[in-house]
Amino acid sequence: MESAAVSSHDSTIQEIGFERTLYPYVMGTSVLGMKYKDGVLLAADLGGSYGSTLRYKSVERIKPIGKHSLLGASGEISDFQEILRYLDELILYDNMWDDGNSLGPKEVHNYLNRLMYNRRNKFNPLWNSLVLGGVKNGQKYLGMVGMIGTHFEDNHVATGFGNHLARPILRDEWNEDMSFEEAVKLLEKCLRVLLYRDRSSINKFQIAKITEEGVTIFPPYSLKTFWGFSAFKNPTKGAEGSW
Amino acid sequence: MSSIGTGYDLSVTTFSPDGRVFQIEYAAKAVDNSGTVIGIKCKDGIVMGVEKLISSKMMLAGSNRRIHSVHRHSGMAVAGLAADGRQIVARAKSEATSYERVYGEPIPVKELAERVAGYVHLCTLYWWLRPFGCGVLLGGYDRDGPQLYMIEPSGISYRYFGAAIGKGRQAAKTEIEKLKLSELTCREGVIEVAKIIYGVHDEAKDKAFELEMSWVCDESNRQHQKVPDDLLEEAKAAAKAALEEMDAD
Repeated sequence: MESAAVSSHDSTIQEIGFERTLYPYVMGTSVLGMKYKDGVLLAADLGGSYGSTLRYKSVERIKPIGKHSLLGASGEISDFQEILRYLDELILYDNMWDDGNSLGPKEVHNYLNRLMYNRRNKFNPLWNSLVLGGVKNGQKYLGMVGMIGTHFEDNHVATGFGNHLARPILRDEWNEDMSFEEAVKLLEKCLRVLLYRDRSSINKFQIAKITEEGVTIFPPYSLKTFWGFSAFKNPTKGAEGSW
Repeated sequence: MSSIGTGYDLSVTTFSPDGRVFQIEYAAKAVDNSGTVIGIKCKDGIVMGVEKLISSKMMLAGSNRRIHSVHRHSGMAVAGLAADGRQIVARAKSEATSYERVYGEPIPVKELAERVAGYVHLCTLYWWLRPFGCGVLLGGYDRDGPQLYMIEPSGISYRYFGAAIGKGRQAAKTEIEKLKLSELTCREGVIEVAKIIYGVHDEAKDKAFELEMSWVCDESNRQHQKVPDDLLEEAKAAAKAALEEMDAD
């Protein structure tokens, strides 16, 4: 989108040959996040849609950030990669202090909020909805930042279609002390609904967990689905002659 | 050894009749007056150590770091004027991040050394700038293995397997030459560097000092970091014991 370099340390922007983000191109769909007993879980599928085509089927949309956080993104994949580059530099400078301190999820969340909001104010947004989860010093943290800079913290979050399909399920069935297995089951329930109902999701998911000990991103796997409904078996039963 | 320039030493852009630039030599003297800084290339990495002379008892231990990380895989130990050193480190960090942004991989240590040397040299070319009053040991671990470079105020940079700058450099170099570096692991290297620094420290002239050490090796996952506290304590203890042994003779 942009043909001029705009670095995060530089405030000059060349207007000549400078374009703004108008439309997203390769997009990722929902990301789900929820706190559980030992930490935070994030889940997302591995799909990258190019319009209505499911073009890329191995896009990892959840990445670890530093020692204490996980970032999941939906929306424009190239903007997500750019955000990862910014965060990589942020974490690098943090590490170079070598003072025993490191940026926690709250700090990273705030940084992302500033980033997204400032870009929005320049009418050149990073077209993403970000989920930031992490654990530091025993404190669990889960927050979200949108492309217009809206941000909040909650016990369970979802982006995109997940807002409409997954959050009602999470509101009903989430509780404070879920074990890892219970939490994964709940996430899988939400993921299955999304798989059935969101056309831009694919049946290949990744679950990532972060606890005080560290980050684990599990290898991709698929959910079992059931399509043997009677209405699917004889689709033209109600309307003879149609197909 | 030292000669007064008398007239040819007023500016860094003036050569003396015998082809020397005195300002650069004076800058090197600033380095020679600072606490000793040592670096060695071991079998599996680089170890650097600094004799941090403590000017006041009020200073908090662990502050006034003399060894800085420049990127994940490399670090710099500074001798001489600390403020000048900070500037060089900042420049090196900036070169390293800009290389990674453009080329997508961490800057090779050789390239970083060349860039820092070029920058230091730059400041010896203009009359409105003064040369940096500090020498820098750059230790890093990249695809070509562990490498140690030293950059002097003149802008010269060479690759070393053992280097020392500062007050006790002559004695330190002698000690380093005695070590069999190709057989030492970094763990052992840390102990040896501590022994050397404690050995060259002049109890009479300077009172207290703090030992600061860093390494970048296979054990630290090829990341540049402070030597872990337990190993540092072990090294200090071994160094003190070695000193006592020497005094006992």
